[in-house]
Amino acid sequence: MKTNTEPKIVAFCCNWCSYAGADAAGTSRLQMKPHFRVIRAMCSSRIDPELILDTLKKGAWGVLVAGCHPGDCHYVTGNYRTQKRIALLKNLLTELGIAPQRVRLEWISANEGGKFQKVINEFIDEMTSLGPLQLPGRPTAKEAS
Amino acid sequence: MKIGVYVCHCGGNISEVVDIKKLTASAEQQSEVAVVRDNAHMCSDVGRNLVLEDIKKHKLDRIVVAACSPQFHGKTFMDIVEKAGLSPYVFEMANIREQCSWPHFNEPDLATKKAKDLVSVALAKARLDESLSRKTMPIGKRVLVVGAGIAGIQAALDLGDAGFEVYLVEKEATIGGKMAQLSRTFPTEDCAACILSPKMADVPANPNITLFTNSEIEKVSGFLGNFEVIINKKPTYVNDQCVACGVCEEKCPVKIPNEFEQGLTNRRAIYVPFEFAVPYRYLIDESNCIYLKKGKCGNCKKVCPHDAVDFDQKAEKVELKVDTIIVATGYDIFDAKEKKVYGFGTNKNVITSLAMERMIVHEAEGRATREIGKRVAFIQCVGSRDEQIGNEYCSRICCMYATKLSQLLKRADPKKDVYVFYTDLRAFGKGFEEYYKRAQKTGVKFIRGRVAEVNEDSKTGRVTIKAEDTLARQIIESEFDLVVLSVGMTPGAGTRQAAEVLRMTKSPGGFLQEAHPKFKPVDTLNDGVFICGCAQGPKDIPDTVAQASAAASRAIRLMNKGVYAVEPITAVVDEDLCSGCGTCVSVCPYEAVKTEIKDDKRVAKVNEMLCQGCGSCSAACPSGASQQHWFMNKQLKAMVGAALGEEEK
Ligand code: FES
Repeated sequence: MKTNTEPKIVAFCCNWCSYAGADAAGTSRLQMKPHFRVIRAMCSSRIDPELILDTLKKGAWGVLVAGCHPGDCHYVTGNYRTQKRIALLKNLLTELGIAPQRVRLEWISANEGGKFQKVINEFIDEMTSLGPLQLPGRPTAKEAS
Repeated sequence: MKIGVYVCHCGGNISEVVDIKKLTASAEQQSEVAVVRDNAHMCSDVGRNLVLEDIKKHKLDRIVVAACSPQFHGKTFMDIVEKAGLSPYVFEMANIREQCSWPHFNEPDLATKKAKDLVSVALAKARLDESLSRKTMPIGKRVLVVGAGIAGIQAALDLGDAGFEVYLVEKEATIGGKMAQLSRTFPTEDCAACILSPKMADVPANPNITLFTNSEIEKVSGFLGNFEVIINKKPTYVNDQCVACGVCEEKCPVKIPNEFEQGLTNRRAIYVPFEFAVPYRYLIDESNCIYLKKGKCGNCKKVCPHDAVDFDQKAEKVELKVDTIIVATGYDIFDAKEKKVYGFGTNKNVITSLAMERMIVHEAEGRATREIGKRVAFIQCVGSRDEQIGNEYCSRICCMYATKLSQLLKRADPKKDVYVFYTDLRAFGKGFEEYYKRAQKTGVKFIRGRVAEVNEDSKTGRVTIKAEDTLARQIIESEFDLVVLSVGMTPGAGTRQAAEVLRMTKSPGGFLQEAHPKFKPVDTLNDGVFICGCAQGPKDIPDTVAQASAAASRAIRLMNKGVYAVEPITAVVDEDLCSGCGTCVSVCPYEAVKTEIKDDKRVAKVNEMLCQGCGSCSAACPSGASQQHWFMNKQLKAMVGAALGEEEK
């Protein structure tokens, strides 16, 4: 198996706020580390825990789920569902011996390009220090500690 | 399957960072890809025709365009794909501008690698796209306009004239908004009341407009073509028998500062907001009425010849159904008390520009309400361009209204000394620069410099201003009879409330956010909800009116055909897989999913008319039976795989 040296991040963004926030970061030419790939869904609540696990399984070092701020979800209550699901998923990750910070939930609105940049850069740094995820059942040295 | 891939250079925006040759070469290697092309501007006519012709010539059945954000040109290309006879949903876009070349312009190699991945992601999704067709939904012609200042009035009149059914809701007891308080309008110096009052009168005269004053929107649910609105109509304690004869007012013992006149005059507890109010009818201010507070007095009721006073009036809830909504909730002036150094509220000779507007009206009408004095100073940017108090934005009107007020004062009495202390003088509109020059010729002294200190002499009442003249590089210390604070705009209470009730996105200054600053300046991210006027951001009257008409026409554009296209990206249930557990029912925010018995089996069923396509139910479904069209589980998984460099099969 070839070794991963560059971090790989998948960022699921809702169409209405966070995807537009990612666009806003680009439009303002805010520079970010390029090691993330954005996947757009209509709402953050479309992103189910199974998909996130699958993403980790396929080699992502970390998964960002970004949605509208509480109260701002285009579909009224979608992001509250997301919040609950991610909290549960983090518990599960901990039990599986995976660092829960590999899954990160953020509220980023359409005009928060600066926040998008900050979150992405921070997350990539954090995942770089954690290193690639070793599956199954073989956490990295750092995670085991 | 035959996929066409089109890579846009965006006139260098993309091609200066991403290596187009490498990108097209990598796309050519991908399975099912039949055609790969690149073009300087895919969105141009030439670019669009390229797609159109290839679809016909090469019988392409999937299209991927790697260019800007789908939020920018997604619709452009979907329309082309549809025009070529395909489903617009066999089209995918790889966002290699906003999300690649722009944020990674310092790292061309990694950006190129990323662009390749983004194209792979789009391809992975495209391969699994279904041929969905756009659906249409019926839509009516009912519009809710929130706020009846000049923006709301203009939008309502345009819509009413065009034959649409308008519900105009205003929280104050009269329409007219802030413009009704102004003396004259820059740069033409029309009398504000004279140009506004005929428009106000047109509102009740328009058979298509239903006006709710003293009312607020309490709740809005639903969506484009199907909004349900609850309006809270507050009591005025005066019924529509009132002919505004004024007998009641004479007998009312209460005297309180008149808000419309900025406290320069008093009013009674029963009053008409101002002389050209619409509706022109009395109302009782419940917080100051003795009868409503203590059960005593009731003079007005006793003397009213029309039995119009009704102390038992209660708030009323009115339910409406509308198809589109226009938010025109305007602004509040900055509360000058927040800027403590200027001493507003403690120094009686420090006033706001709005008070000065009223004083000029009163002088002109020969009923002066207070002494203006010989020496008057204006201080600019109060509450604007001020990071200390958290308002970074420019309010866009203060330079010009100070230019107006100062020269009106100077012209009325050339012996007055009128100073304007400014940060930058912004005279950017049509006729503004000329107007500013005129003010200078009139003798108004414009001094560039922020005011550092304002002190009032408690005995004489004269106010000393200390400022640095940054052009002459000297400190100025001078005494004035009156200091006028050119207060900026803040998103008003009405705007904040509308944002909350309608769940609208706000821009950093707190004003409402438009869908796109250039091309969708009055649309919002909420389908069918439009914004105009100062609710969207500070602006003057001509810009407000232009935006209001724009919002009306954007709303008409949606409603006029009687049907509108909806995206078929709704949820769908595979009844064979469905166990009827009802999880989807519980997560749906729209009650669009129900379970029913079919062939002795409980299954979930989606009402496509109600489903808004969030996909929450698909995420919640434990058996994979619920799928969202265009965002199916297998599509999302394929995209993830491609994003992580998995080889496609
Ligand atoms: S639409 Fe953004 S989180 Fe639901």
